[in-house]
Amino acid sequence: MAAIEILDLEKSYRVGFWRSRIKPALRPLRLTIEAGEIFGFLGPNGAGKTTTLKLLMGLVFPTSGTARILGMEIDDPRVKSQIGFLPEQPYFYDYLSARELLNYYGQLSGVPAKGRAARVEQMLGRVGLSDAAGMQLRKFSKGMLQRVGLTQAILHEPKVVFLDEPMSGLDPMGRREVRDLIQQLRSEGKTVFFSTHILSDAEALCDRVGIIHQGELRGVGSVAELTSETQGKVEIIFYAERVPAGLTSLGAEARVSGEVVNAVLPEEQQDAALEVLRRERLRLISLAPVRSSLEEYYIQKLKPAESMTAEKPKEDNRKGAVV
Amino acid sequence: MSSDGMNSGGMKWRIGYIAFNTFREAVRDRVLYNLIAFALLLSGAAILVSQVSIDIERLVVVNLGLTAVSLFGVVIAIFIGIGLVSKEIDKRTLYTVLSRPVRRWEFVVGKFLGLTGTLVVNTLFMSFGVFLALLYVAHRFERMDGWVLVALYFIVLQFLIVCALALFFSSFSTPLMSAVFTFALFVVGSLAEDLRGFARIARGATGAVATAAAYLVPNFSALNVIGQVAHGDAIPARLILYNTAYALLYSAMAISGAVLIFQRRNLK
Repeated sequence: MAAIEILDLEKSYRVGFWRSRIKPALRPLRLTIEAGEIFGFLGPNGAGKTTTLKLLMGLVFPTSGTARILGMEIDDPRVKSQIGFLPEQPYFYDYLSARELLNYYGQLSGVPAKGRAARVEQMLGRVGLSDAAGMQLRKFSKGMLQRVGLTQAILHEPKVVFLDEPMSGLDPMGRREVRDLIQQLRSEGKTVFFSTHILSDAEALCDRVGIIHQGELRGVGSVAELTSETQGKVEIIFYAERVPAGLTSLGAEARVSGEVVNAVLPEEQQDAALEVLRRERLRLISLAPVRSSLEEYYIQKLKPAESMTAEKPKEDNRKGAVV
Repeated sequence: MSSDGMNSGGMKWRIGYIAFNTFREAVRDRVLYNLIAFALLLSGAAILVSQVSIDIERLVVVNLGLTAVSLFGVVIAIFIGIGLVSKEIDKRTLYTVLSRPVRRWEFVVGKFLGLTGTLVVNTLFMSFGVFLALLYVAHRFERMDGWVLVALYFIVLQFLIVCALALFFSSFSTPLMSAVFTFALFVVGSLAEDLRGFARIARGATGAVATAAAYLVPNFSALNVIGQVAHGDAIPARLILYNTAYALLYSAMAISGAVLIFQRRNLK
Protein backbone atom coordinates (compact mmCIF):
# COMPACT_ATOMS: atom_id res chain seq x y z
CA MET A 1 0.00 0.00 0.00
CA ALA A 2 1.22 3.50 -0.83
CA ALA A 3 1.74 5.75 2.18
CA ILE A 4 2.42 8.88 0.13
CA GLU A 5 1.32 9.51 -3.44
CA ILE A 6 2.47 12.76 -4.98
CA LEU A 7 0.55 13.41 -8.16
CA ASP A 8 2.07 16.12 -10.34
CA LEU A 9 2.42 18.49 -7.43
CA GLU A 10 3.70 21.82 -8.65
CA LYS A 11 4.50 25.13 -7.01
CA SER A 12 5.54 28.42 -8.49
CA TYR A 13 5.70 31.90 -7.03
CA ARG A 14 5.12 35.28 -8.59
CA VAL A 15 8.16 37.41 -8.01
CA GLY A 16 9.38 40.89 -8.85
CA PHE A 17 7.99 44.30 -7.97
CA TRP A 18 4.87 43.83 -10.11
CA ARG A 19 4.73 40.09 -9.36
CA SER A 20 4.75 39.51 -13.07
CA ARG A 21 7.61 37.01 -13.25
CA ILE A 22 6.86 33.38 -12.39
CA LYS A 23 9.54 31.47 -10.53
CA PRO A 24 9.04 27.71 -10.33
CA ALA A 25 9.89 26.29 -6.91
CA LEU A 26 8.78 22.76 -7.72
CA ARG A 27 8.13 21.41 -11.19
CA PRO A 28 5.40 18.74 -11.52
CA LEU A 29 6.46 16.01 -9.12
CA ARG A 30 5.16 12.46 -9.33
CA LEU A 31 6.38 10.09 -6.67
CA THR A 32 5.05 7.20 -4.62
CA ILE A 33 6.37 6.09 -1.24
CA GLU A 34 5.30 2.70 0.03
CA ALA A 35 4.16 2.08 3.61
CA GLY A 36 7.02 1.17 5.92
CA GLU A 37 9.61 2.61 3.59
CA ILE A 38 12.38 5.02 4.52
CA PHE A 39 12.69 7.43 1.65
CA GLY A 40 15.48 9.97 1.32
CA PHE A 41 14.84 13.12 -0.62
CA LEU A 42 18.24 14.36 -1.72
CA GLY A 43 19.29 17.57 -3.30
CA PRO A 44 21.43 20.64 -2.80
CA ASN A 45 20.17 23.66 -0.88
CA GLY A 46 17.33 25.38 -2.72
CA ALA A 47 16.52 22.28 -4.80
CA GLY A 48 12.86 22.14 -3.76
CA LYS A 49 13.01 19.65 -0.86
CA THR A 50 11.52 21.97 1.75
CA THR A 51 8.91 23.25 -0.72
CA THR A 52 7.78 19.66 -1.30
CA LEU A 53 7.50 19.04 2.43
CA LYS A 54 5.63 22.31 3.01
CA LEU A 55 3.19 21.40 0.24
CA LEU A 56 2.58 18.02 1.86
CA MET A 57 2.08 19.68 5.26
CA GLY A 58 -0.40 22.20 3.86
CA LEU A 59 1.85 25.12 4.79
CA VAL A 60 1.96 26.31 1.20
CA PHE A 61 -0.67 25.63 -1.44
CA PRO A 62 0.11 23.91 -4.75
CA THR A 63 -0.14 25.78 -8.03
CA SER A 64 -1.41 22.53 -9.51
CA GLY A 65 -1.49 18.81 -8.77
CA THR A 66 -2.32 17.03 -5.57
CA ALA A 67 -1.01 14.44 -3.13
CA ARG A 68 -2.45 11.72 -0.97
CA ILE A 69 -1.19 10.52 2.37
CA LEU A 70 -2.50 7.14 3.56
CA GLY A 71 -5.08 7.36 0.79
CA MET A 72 -6.45 10.73 1.95
CA GLU A 73 -6.06 14.02 0.10
CA ILE A 74 -3.55 16.34 1.80
CA ASP A 75 -6.26 18.91 2.52
CA ASP A 76 -8.33 16.26 4.30
CA PRO A 77 -8.26 17.32 7.99
CA ARG A 78 -7.97 13.66 9.11
CA VAL A 79 -4.50 13.40 7.58
CA LYS A 80 -2.95 15.65 10.21
CA SER A 81 -3.49 13.26 13.09
CA GLN A 82 -1.66 10.52 11.18
CA ILE A 83 1.50 12.45 10.35
CA GLY A 84 4.45 13.91 12.21
CA PHE A 85 6.67 16.70 10.95
CA LEU A 86 10.08 18.03 11.91
CA PRO A 87 10.84 21.30 10.08
CA GLU A 88 14.35 22.29 9.05
CA GLN A 89 16.25 24.00 11.89
CA PRO A 90 13.20 23.97 14.11
CA TYR A 91 12.53 26.76 16.56
CA PHE A 92 10.21 26.10 19.43
CA TYR A 93 8.49 28.24 22.04
CA ASP A 94 11.63 28.90 24.06
CA TYR A 95 9.75 30.13 27.12
CA LEU A 96 8.44 26.59 27.61
CA SER A 97 10.25 23.65 29.09
CA ALA A 98 10.66 20.50 26.99
CA ARG A 99 7.95 18.84 29.10
CA GLU A 100 5.52 21.75 28.64
CA LEU A 101 6.18 21.93 24.91
CA LEU A 102 5.56 18.23 24.35
CA ASN A 103 2.46 18.37 26.51
CA TYR A 104 1.16 21.30 24.40
CA TYR A 105 1.83 19.46 21.15
CA GLY A 106 0.26 16.36 22.61
CA GLN A 107 -2.87 18.38 23.39
CA LEU A 108 -3.02 19.80 19.87
CA SER A 109 -2.49 16.36 18.35
CA GLY A 110 -5.37 14.90 20.34
CA VAL A 111 -3.31 12.65 22.61
CA PRO A 112 -5.82 11.79 25.38
CA ALA A 113 -5.29 13.64 28.68
CA LYS A 114 -5.19 10.31 30.45
CA GLY A 115 -1.77 8.93 29.75
CA ARG A 116 -0.46 12.08 28.02
CA ALA A 117 1.93 12.99 30.82
CA ALA A 118 3.26 9.43 30.94
CA ARG A 119 3.70 9.42 27.16
CA VAL A 120 5.64 12.71 27.32
CA GLU A 121 7.96 11.34 30.03
CA GLN A 122 8.47 8.13 28.08
CA MET A 123 9.41 10.05 24.95
CA LEU A 124 11.74 12.37 26.85
CA GLY A 125 13.46 9.32 28.27
CA ARG A 126 13.72 7.75 24.83
CA VAL A 127 15.75 10.70 23.52
CA GLY A 128 17.77 11.10 26.71
CA LEU A 129 16.20 14.36 27.84
CA SER A 130 14.63 13.24 31.12
CA ASP A 131 17.11 15.24 33.18
CA ALA A 132 16.51 18.43 31.18
CA ALA A 133 12.73 18.03 30.92
CA GLY A 134 11.96 20.95 33.22
CA MET A 135 14.51 23.33 31.71
CA GLN A 136 13.36 26.16 29.44
CA LEU A 137 14.15 25.48 25.79
CA ARG A 138 16.07 28.77 25.47
CA LYS A 139 18.81 27.05 27.48
CA PHE A 140 18.97 24.01 25.18
CA SER A 141 21.84 23.29 22.79
CA LYS A 142 21.13 22.79 19.10
CA GLY A 143 21.44 19.03 19.43
CA MET A 144 19.01 18.96 22.35
CA LEU A 145 16.53 21.08 20.38
CA GLN A 146 16.78 18.69 17.47
CA ARG A 147 15.96 15.81 19.81
CA VAL A 148 12.96 17.72 21.13
CA GLY A 149 11.99 18.33 17.50
CA LEU A 150 12.13 14.65 16.68
CA THR A 151 10.18 13.81 19.80
CA GLN A 152 7.35 16.23 18.97
CA ALA A 153 7.15 14.69 15.49
CA ILE A 154 6.52 11.18 16.80
CA LEU A 155 4.83 11.92 20.13
CA HIS A 156 1.33 11.13 18.86
CA GLU A 157 2.45 7.90 17.19
CA PRO A 158 1.93 9.00 13.58
CA LYS A 159 2.01 6.46 10.77
CA VAL A 160 4.01 8.71 8.44
CA VAL A 161 6.87 10.91 9.62
CA PHE A 162 8.32 13.78 7.58
CA LEU A 163 11.74 15.07 8.58
CA ASP A 164 13.33 18.08 6.92
CA GLU A 165 17.13 17.93 7.19
CA PRO A 166 17.01 16.09 10.54
CA MET A 167 20.82 15.83 10.79
CA SER A 168 21.59 19.37 9.76
CA GLY A 169 23.97 21.14 12.11
CA LEU A 170 24.40 18.19 14.44
CA ASP A 171 27.71 16.86 15.69
CA PRO A 172 28.65 13.22 14.86
CA MET A 173 27.11 12.00 18.14
CA GLY A 174 23.89 13.85 17.48
CA ARG A 175 23.71 12.51 13.95
CA ARG A 176 24.22 9.00 15.24
CA GLU A 177 21.34 9.45 17.69
CA VAL A 178 19.04 10.70 14.95
CA ARG A 179 20.03 7.77 12.74
CA ASP A 180 19.24 5.35 15.56
CA LEU A 181 15.88 6.97 16.08
CA ILE A 182 14.99 6.73 12.38
CA GLN A 183 16.01 3.09 12.43
CA GLN A 184 13.75 2.54 15.43
CA LEU A 185 10.89 4.11 13.46
CA ARG A 186 11.61 1.66 10.65
CA SER A 187 11.40 -1.26 13.08
CA GLU A 188 8.05 0.09 14.30
CA GLY A 189 6.77 -0.08 10.71
CA LYS A 190 6.46 3.67 10.22
CA THR A 191 6.97 5.38 6.89
CA VAL A 192 9.70 7.99 7.00
CA PHE A 193 10.18 10.65 4.34
CA PHE A 194 13.24 12.73 5.04
CA SER A 195 15.13 15.33 3.14
CA THR A 196 18.86 15.68 3.41
CA HIS A 197 21.91 16.79 1.55
CA ILE A 198 24.16 14.50 3.59
CA LEU A 199 24.58 11.47 1.35
CA SER A 200 26.15 9.16 3.90
CA ASP A 201 23.06 9.49 6.09
CA ALA A 202 20.80 8.62 3.18
CA GLU A 203 23.00 5.68 2.22
CA ALA A 204 22.94 4.31 5.75
CA LEU A 205 19.23 4.71 6.34
CA CYS A 206 17.14 4.79 3.19
CA ASP A 207 15.43 2.05 1.27
CA ARG A 208 15.11 4.38 -1.71
CA VAL A 209 16.22 7.85 -2.58
CA GLY A 210 14.96 10.55 -4.92
CA ILE A 211 17.27 13.21 -6.29
CA ILE A 212 15.81 16.66 -6.75
CA HIS A 213 17.57 19.60 -8.33
CA GLN A 214 16.29 23.01 -9.42
CA GLY A 215 12.76 21.99 -8.47
CA GLU A 216 12.86 18.92 -10.69
CA LEU A 217 12.97 15.26 -9.70
CA ARG A 218 16.02 13.90 -11.50
CA GLY A 219 15.79 10.28 -10.48
CA VAL A 220 14.54 7.68 -8.02
CA GLY A 221 16.31 4.51 -7.10
CA SER A 222 16.78 1.78 -4.54
CA VAL A 223 19.85 2.41 -2.39
CA ALA A 224 20.66 -1.31 -2.23
CA GLU A 225 20.70 -1.61 -6.02
CA LEU A 226 22.55 1.63 -6.59
CA THR A 227 25.30 0.73 -4.19
CA SER A 228 25.61 -2.94 -5.17
CA GLU A 229 26.32 -2.27 -8.83
CA THR A 230 29.93 -3.18 -9.56
CA GLN A 231 31.97 -1.06 -11.91
CA GLY A 232 34.25 -3.77 -13.38
CA LYS A 233 37.10 -2.73 -11.11
CA VAL A 234 38.67 -4.17 -8.01
CA GLU A 235 40.40 -2.47 -5.12
CA ILE A 236 43.49 -4.14 -3.68
CA ILE A 237 44.97 -2.99 -0.39
CA PHE A 238 48.33 -4.36 0.75
CA TYR A 239 51.36 -3.56 2.91
CA ALA A 240 54.16 -1.86 0.96
CA GLU A 241 56.12 1.37 1.06
CA ARG A 242 56.01 1.90 -2.73
CA VAL A 243 53.89 0.76 -5.65
CA PRO A 244 55.43 -2.31 -7.37
CA ALA A 245 56.35 -1.62 -11.00
CA GLY A 246 54.46 -4.73 -12.14
CA LEU A 247 51.23 -3.32 -10.81
CA THR A 248 51.57 -0.01 -12.62
CA SER A 249 52.01 -1.84 -15.91
CA LEU A 250 48.65 -3.56 -15.28
CA GLY A 251 46.92 -0.15 -15.42
CA ALA A 252 46.43 0.26 -11.66
CA GLU A 253 45.74 3.63 -10.12
CA ALA A 254 47.60 3.40 -6.83
CA ARG A 255 48.35 5.65 -3.89
CA VAL A 256 50.68 5.05 -0.97
CA SER A 257 49.62 5.98 2.51
CA GLY A 258 52.37 5.23 5.05
CA GLU A 259 53.03 1.51 4.79
CA VAL A 260 49.80 0.73 2.98
CA VAL A 261 49.12 0.85 -0.76
CA ASN A 262 45.63 1.20 -2.17
CA ALA A 263 45.33 0.21 -5.84
CA VAL A 264 42.32 0.14 -8.15
CA LEU A 265 42.60 -1.83 -11.39
CA PRO A 266 40.39 -3.56 -14.00
CA GLU A 267 38.71 -6.75 -12.76
CA GLU A 268 40.36 -8.87 -15.48
CA GLN A 269 43.79 -7.89 -14.12
CA GLN A 270 42.97 -9.17 -10.64
CA ASP A 271 44.88 -12.51 -10.91
CA ALA A 272 47.89 -10.87 -12.51
CA ALA A 273 47.96 -8.27 -9.71
CA LEU A 274 47.87 -11.00 -7.06
CA GLU A 275 50.72 -12.74 -8.85
CA VAL A 276 52.75 -9.50 -8.64
CA LEU A 277 52.13 -9.32 -4.88
CA ARG A 278 53.16 -12.98 -4.44
CA ARG A 279 56.28 -12.43 -6.45
CA GLU A 280 57.23 -9.35 -4.48
CA ARG A 281 56.32 -11.15 -1.18
CA LEU A 282 53.88 -8.40 -0.17
CA ARG A 283 51.15 -8.98 2.41
CA LEU A 284 47.58 -8.58 1.17
CA ILE A 285 45.11 -6.75 3.41
CA SER A 286 41.96 -6.86 1.28
CA LEU A 287 40.61 -7.32 -2.21
CA ALA A 288 37.09 -6.21 -3.08
CA PRO A 289 35.08 -5.16 -6.12
CA VAL A 290 34.57 -1.40 -6.46
CA ARG A 291 30.87 -0.60 -6.11
CA SER A 292 28.88 2.41 -7.18
CA SER A 293 28.29 4.91 -4.44
CA LEU A 294 25.27 7.03 -3.83
CA GLU A 295 27.53 10.01 -4.31
CA GLU A 296 28.27 9.02 -7.89
CA TYR A 297 24.58 8.56 -8.63
CA TYR A 298 23.83 11.91 -7.00
CA ILE A 299 26.47 13.78 -8.96
CA GLN A 300 25.37 12.11 -12.16
CA LYS A 301 21.79 13.21 -11.54
CA LEU A 302 22.77 16.74 -10.79
CA LYS A 303 24.40 17.14 -14.18
CA PRO A 304 22.38 19.20 -16.69
CA ALA A 305 19.61 17.20 -18.34
CA GLU A 306 21.10 17.47 -21.82
CA SER A 307 24.32 15.70 -20.81
CA MET A 308 22.27 12.89 -19.30
CA THR A 309 20.33 11.98 -22.42
CA ALA A 310 23.19 9.88 -23.78
CA GLU A 311 23.32 7.83 -20.58
CA LYS A 312 20.82 5.31 -19.31
CA PRO A 313 21.36 5.14 -15.57
CA LYS A 314 19.72 2.47 -13.50
CA GLU A 315 16.36 3.57 -12.18
CA ASP A 316 13.50 2.16 -10.26
CA ASN A 317 10.56 3.00 -12.46
CA ARG A 318 8.11 0.97 -10.43
CA LYS A 319 7.68 3.54 -7.71
CA GLY A 320 8.84 6.82 -9.14
CA ALA A 321 9.41 8.61 -12.36
CA VAL A 322 11.90 10.97 -13.80
CA VAL A 323 10.02 14.10 -14.72
CA MET B 1 -6.66 9.97 20.19
CA SER B 2 -9.82 11.15 18.50
CA SER B 3 -10.84 9.20 15.44
CA ASP B 4 -10.22 12.03 13.01
CA GLY B 5 -8.41 14.42 15.25
CA MET B 6 -10.56 17.32 14.02
CA ASN B 7 -13.98 16.94 15.68
CA SER B 8 -15.83 19.95 17.05
CA GLY B 9 -15.28 18.97 20.69
CA GLY B 10 -11.57 18.82 20.02
CA MET B 11 -11.79 22.16 18.24
CA LYS B 12 -12.91 23.98 21.41
CA TRP B 13 -10.09 22.39 23.33
CA ARG B 14 -7.52 23.22 20.66
CA ILE B 15 -8.53 26.90 20.66
CA GLY B 16 -8.32 26.83 24.45
CA TYR B 17 -4.84 25.25 24.41
CA ILE B 18 -3.58 27.86 21.92
CA ALA B 19 -5.14 30.68 23.96
CA PHE B 20 -3.58 29.40 27.17
CA ASN B 21 -0.18 29.09 25.52
CA THR B 22 -0.46 32.68 24.25
CA PHE B 23 -1.32 33.85 27.77
CA ARG B 24 1.58 31.82 29.18
CA GLU B 25 3.95 33.40 26.65
CA ALA B 26 2.85 36.92 27.62
CA VAL B 27 3.29 36.17 31.31
CA ARG B 28 6.72 34.59 30.82
CA ASP B 29 7.82 37.41 28.55
CA ARG B 30 7.12 39.67 31.54
CA VAL B 31 4.30 41.58 29.90
CA LEU B 32 2.61 41.90 33.29
CA TYR B 33 5.64 43.85 34.50
CA ASN B 34 3.83 46.92 33.16
CA LEU B 35 1.75 46.61 36.35
CA ILE B 36 4.74 47.80 38.35
CA ALA B 37 4.96 51.00 36.28
CA PHE B 38 1.21 51.41 36.58
CA ALA B 39 1.28 50.93 40.36
CA LEU B 40 4.11 53.44 40.75
CA LEU B 41 2.31 56.00 38.59
CA LEU B 42 -1.00 55.61 40.37
CA SER B 43 0.34 55.54 43.92
CA GLY B 44 2.51 58.58 43.20
CA ALA B 45 -0.45 60.42 41.71
CA ALA B 46 -2.74 59.47 44.62
CA ILE B 47 -0.27 60.74 47.22
CA LEU B 48 0.30 63.97 45.28
CA VAL B 49 -3.41 64.59 44.69
CA SER B 50 -4.35 63.96 48.31
CA GLN B 51 -1.95 66.69 49.34
CA VAL B 52 -2.72 69.42 46.82
CA SER B 53 -6.32 68.97 45.64
CA ILE B 54 -9.43 70.26 47.29
CA ASP B 55 -12.54 68.15 46.69
CA ILE B 56 -11.42 66.97 43.28
CA GLU B 57 -9.26 64.05 44.49
CA ARG B 58 -11.77 61.50 43.28
CA LEU B 59 -12.14 63.16 39.87
CA VAL B 60 -8.38 63.27 39.32
CA VAL B 61 -7.73 59.70 40.48
CA VAL B 62 -10.55 58.22 38.37
CA ASN B 63 -9.53 60.22 35.30
CA LEU B 64 -5.85 59.45 35.63
CA GLY B 65 -6.31 55.83 36.70
CA LEU B 66 -8.73 54.87 33.92
CA THR B 67 -6.76 56.73 31.25
CA ALA B 68 -3.62 54.89 32.36
CA VAL B 69 -5.47 51.53 32.29
CA SER B 70 -6.62 52.29 28.77
CA LEU B 71 -3.26 53.49 27.42
CA PHE B 72 -1.19 50.73 29.03
CA GLY B 73 -3.62 48.14 27.64
CA VAL B 74 -3.77 49.63 24.16
CA VAL B 75 0.03 49.69 23.92
CA ILE B 76 0.18 46.02 25.00
CA ALA B 77 -2.67 45.10 22.63
CA ILE B 78 -0.93 46.73 19.67
CA PHE B 79 2.59 45.53 20.32
CA ILE B 80 1.67 41.94 21.11
CA GLY B 81 -1.24 41.87 18.66
CA ILE B 82 0.89 42.70 15.63
CA GLY B 83 3.27 39.83 16.43
CA LEU B 84 0.67 37.24 17.38
CA VAL B 85 0.75 35.46 14.03
CA SER B 86 3.65 37.14 12.20
CA LYS B 87 6.13 36.19 14.93
CA GLU B 88 5.02 32.57 14.70
CA ILE B 89 5.59 32.66 10.95
CA ASP B 90 8.99 34.37 11.23
CA LYS B 91 10.19 31.99 13.92
CA ARG B 92 8.57 29.02 12.17
CA THR B 93 6.90 27.83 15.38
CA LEU B 94 3.72 27.78 13.31
CA TYR B 95 4.97 24.90 11.18
CA THR B 96 4.81 22.38 13.98
CA VAL B 97 1.38 23.66 15.03
CA LEU B 98 -0.28 23.67 11.60
CA SER B 99 1.13 20.24 10.73
CA ARG B 100 -1.14 18.97 13.52
CA PRO B 101 -4.92 18.69 13.47
CA VAL B 102 -5.26 22.46 13.94
CA ARG B 103 -7.18 24.55 11.42
CA ARG B 104 -5.76 27.94 10.57
CA TRP B 105 -8.83 29.80 11.83
CA GLU B 106 -8.60 27.93 15.15
CA PHE B 107 -5.03 29.16 15.49
CA VAL B 108 -5.97 32.80 14.80
CA VAL B 109 -8.95 32.71 17.18
CA GLY B 110 -6.89 30.97 19.88
CA LYS B 111 -4.15 33.59 19.63
CA PHE B 112 -6.73 36.39 19.79
CA LEU B 113 -8.42 34.92 22.85
CA GLY B 114 -5.04 34.38 24.54
CA LEU B 115 -4.09 38.02 24.13
CA THR B 116 -7.47 39.37 25.21
CA GLY B 117 -7.29 37.02 28.21
CA THR B 118 -3.90 38.49 29.08
CA LEU B 119 -5.34 41.99 28.85
CA VAL B 120 -8.35 41.07 31.00
CA VAL B 121 -6.04 39.74 33.74
CA ASN B 122 -3.85 42.84 33.39
CA THR B 123 -6.93 45.08 33.64
CA LEU B 124 -8.18 43.19 36.71
CA PHE B 125 -4.93 43.95 38.54
CA MET B 126 -5.00 47.58 37.38
CA SER B 127 -8.65 47.95 38.43
CA PHE B 128 -7.70 46.75 41.87
CA GLY B 129 -5.03 49.48 41.90
CA VAL B 130 -7.52 52.16 40.80
CA PHE B 131 -9.93 51.23 43.61
CA LEU B 132 -7.09 51.18 46.14
CA ALA B 133 -6.06 54.68 45.04
CA LEU B 134 -9.70 55.80 45.27
CA LEU B 135 -9.93 54.44 48.79
CA TYR B 136 -6.68 56.19 49.68
CA VAL B 137 -7.86 59.65 48.56
CA ALA B 138 -11.56 59.41 49.48
CA HIS B 139 -11.19 57.11 52.56
CA ARG B 140 -14.42 55.30 51.59
CA PHE B 141 -16.30 53.94 48.57
CA GLU B 142 -19.44 55.63 47.29
CA ARG B 143 -22.32 54.30 45.27
CA MET B 144 -21.18 56.16 42.15
CA ASP B 145 -17.84 54.31 42.25
CA GLY B 146 -19.74 51.36 40.80
CA TRP B 147 -19.81 53.18 37.44
CA VAL B 148 -16.00 52.99 37.38
CA LEU B 149 -16.47 49.25 36.86
CA VAL B 150 -18.57 49.96 33.77
CA ALA B 151 -15.86 52.29 32.42
CA LEU B 152 -13.31 49.52 32.99
CA TYR B 153 -15.59 47.07 31.16
CA PHE B 154 -15.74 49.47 28.21
CA ILE B 155 -11.94 49.73 28.24
CA VAL B 156 -11.75 45.92 27.95
CA LEU B 157 -14.14 46.17 24.97
CA GLN B 158 -11.72 48.68 23.43
CA PHE B 159 -8.92 46.15 23.88
CA LEU B 160 -10.96 43.50 22.02
CA ILE B 161 -11.22 45.80 19.01
CA VAL B 162 -7.58 46.94 19.15
CA CYS B 163 -6.33 43.32 19.38
CA ALA B 164 -8.54 42.28 16.47
CA LEU B 165 -7.36 45.22 14.35
CA ALA B 166 -3.69 44.52 15.13
CA LEU B 167 -4.23 40.90 14.16
CA PHE B 168 -6.05 41.93 10.98
CA PHE B 169 -3.34 44.34 9.82
CA SER B 170 -0.55 41.93 10.69
CA SER B 171 -2.16 39.26 8.50
CA PHE B 172 -1.05 41.15 5.37
CA SER B 173 1.37 43.84 6.49
CA THR B 174 4.72 44.21 8.23
CA PRO B 175 4.72 44.50 12.05
CA LEU B 176 5.78 48.17 11.90
CA MET B 177 3.07 49.16 9.44
CA SER B 178 0.52 47.09 11.37
CA ALA B 179 1.40 49.03 14.53
CA VAL B 180 1.11 52.35 12.68
CA PHE B 181 -2.27 51.41 11.12
CA THR B 182 -3.70 50.12 14.39
CA PHE B 183 -2.55 53.10 16.42
CA ALA B 184 -3.82 55.51 13.75
CA LEU B 185 -7.22 53.82 13.83
CA PHE B 186 -7.23 53.99 17.62
CA VAL B 187 -6.60 57.74 17.50
CA VAL B 188 -9.15 58.37 14.73
CA GLY B 189 -11.63 56.05 16.43
CA SER B 190 -11.24 57.98 19.67
CA LEU B 191 -12.44 61.03 17.72
CA ALA B 192 -15.24 59.11 15.99
CA GLU B 193 -18.01 61.26 17.49
CA ASP B 194 -16.33 64.42 16.15
CA LEU B 195 -15.95 62.72 12.77
CA ARG B 196 -19.65 61.87 12.78
CA GLY B 197 -20.49 65.44 13.69
CA PHE B 198 -18.38 66.66 10.77
CA ALA B 199 -20.03 64.12 8.43
CA ARG B 200 -23.46 65.52 9.38
CA ILE B 201 -22.59 69.07 8.33
CA ALA B 202 -20.34 68.24 5.34
CA ARG B 203 -21.86 68.34 1.86
CA GLY B 204 -21.17 66.53 -1.43
CA ALA B 205 -18.28 64.12 -1.88
CA THR B 206 -16.60 65.29 1.32
CA GLY B 207 -19.77 64.48 3.23
CA ALA B 208 -20.01 61.02 1.64
CA VAL B 209 -16.37 60.22 2.42
CA ALA B 210 -16.67 61.58 5.97
CA THR B 211 -19.85 59.56 6.57
CA ALA B 212 -18.22 56.37 5.24
CA ALA B 213 -15.11 56.97 7.34
CA ALA B 214 -17.15 57.81 10.41
CA TYR B 215 -18.99 54.51 10.27
CA LEU B 216 -15.99 52.43 9.17
CA VAL B 217 -13.55 53.46 11.89
CA PRO B 218 -14.12 51.82 15.27
CA ASN B 219 -16.12 54.12 17.51
CA PHE B 220 -13.77 54.24 20.48
CA SER B 221 -15.27 57.52 21.68
CA ALA B 222 -18.53 55.71 22.51
CA LEU B 223 -16.47 53.30 24.58
CA ASN B 224 -14.81 56.09 26.49
CA VAL B 225 -16.96 57.11 29.47
CA ILE B 226 -14.04 58.05 31.73
CA GLY B 227 -15.10 61.70 31.97
CA GLN B 228 -18.68 60.76 32.88
CA VAL B 229 -17.81 58.28 35.62
CA ALA B 230 -15.16 60.63 37.01
CA HIS B 231 -17.99 63.10 37.60
CA GLY B 232 -20.12 60.35 39.10
CA ASP B 233 -22.61 60.27 36.20
CA ALA B 234 -24.59 57.08 35.64
CA ILE B 235 -24.11 55.00 32.47
CA PRO B 236 -27.38 53.94 30.78
CA ALA B 237 -27.97 50.18 30.49
CA ARG B 238 -28.79 50.71 26.80
CA LEU B 239 -25.27 52.02 26.17
CA ILE B 240 -23.73 49.00 27.93
CA LEU B 241 -25.75 46.68 25.72
CA TYR B 242 -25.06 48.67 22.55
CA ASN B 243 -21.32 48.93 23.21
CA THR B 244 -21.05 45.21 24.02
CA ALA B 245 -22.77 44.23 20.78
CA TYR B 246 -20.76 46.78 18.79
CA ALA B 247 -17.37 45.69 20.16
CA LEU B 248 -18.13 41.99 19.66
CA LEU B 249 -19.37 42.54 16.12
CA TYR B 250 -16.52 44.84 15.12
CA SER B 251 -13.81 42.54 16.49
CA ALA B 252 -15.52 39.49 14.96
CA MET B 253 -15.42 41.20 11.57
CA ALA B 254 -11.75 42.14 11.94
CA ILE B 255 -10.86 38.58 13.05
CA SER B 256 -12.85 37.14 10.15
CA GLY B 257 -10.85 39.35 7.78
CA ALA B 258 -7.61 38.17 9.36
CA VAL B 259 -8.72 34.53 9.05
CA LEU B 260 -9.74 34.96 5.40
CA ILE B 261 -6.33 36.37 4.53
CA PHE B 262 -4.41 33.87 6.67
CA GLN B 263 -6.30 30.89 5.19
CA ARG B 264 -4.88 31.68 1.74
CA ARG B 265 -1.40 32.61 2.83
CA ASN B 266 1.62 30.57 1.74
CA LEU B 267 3.92 30.12 4.72
CA LYS B 268 7.17 30.45 2.79
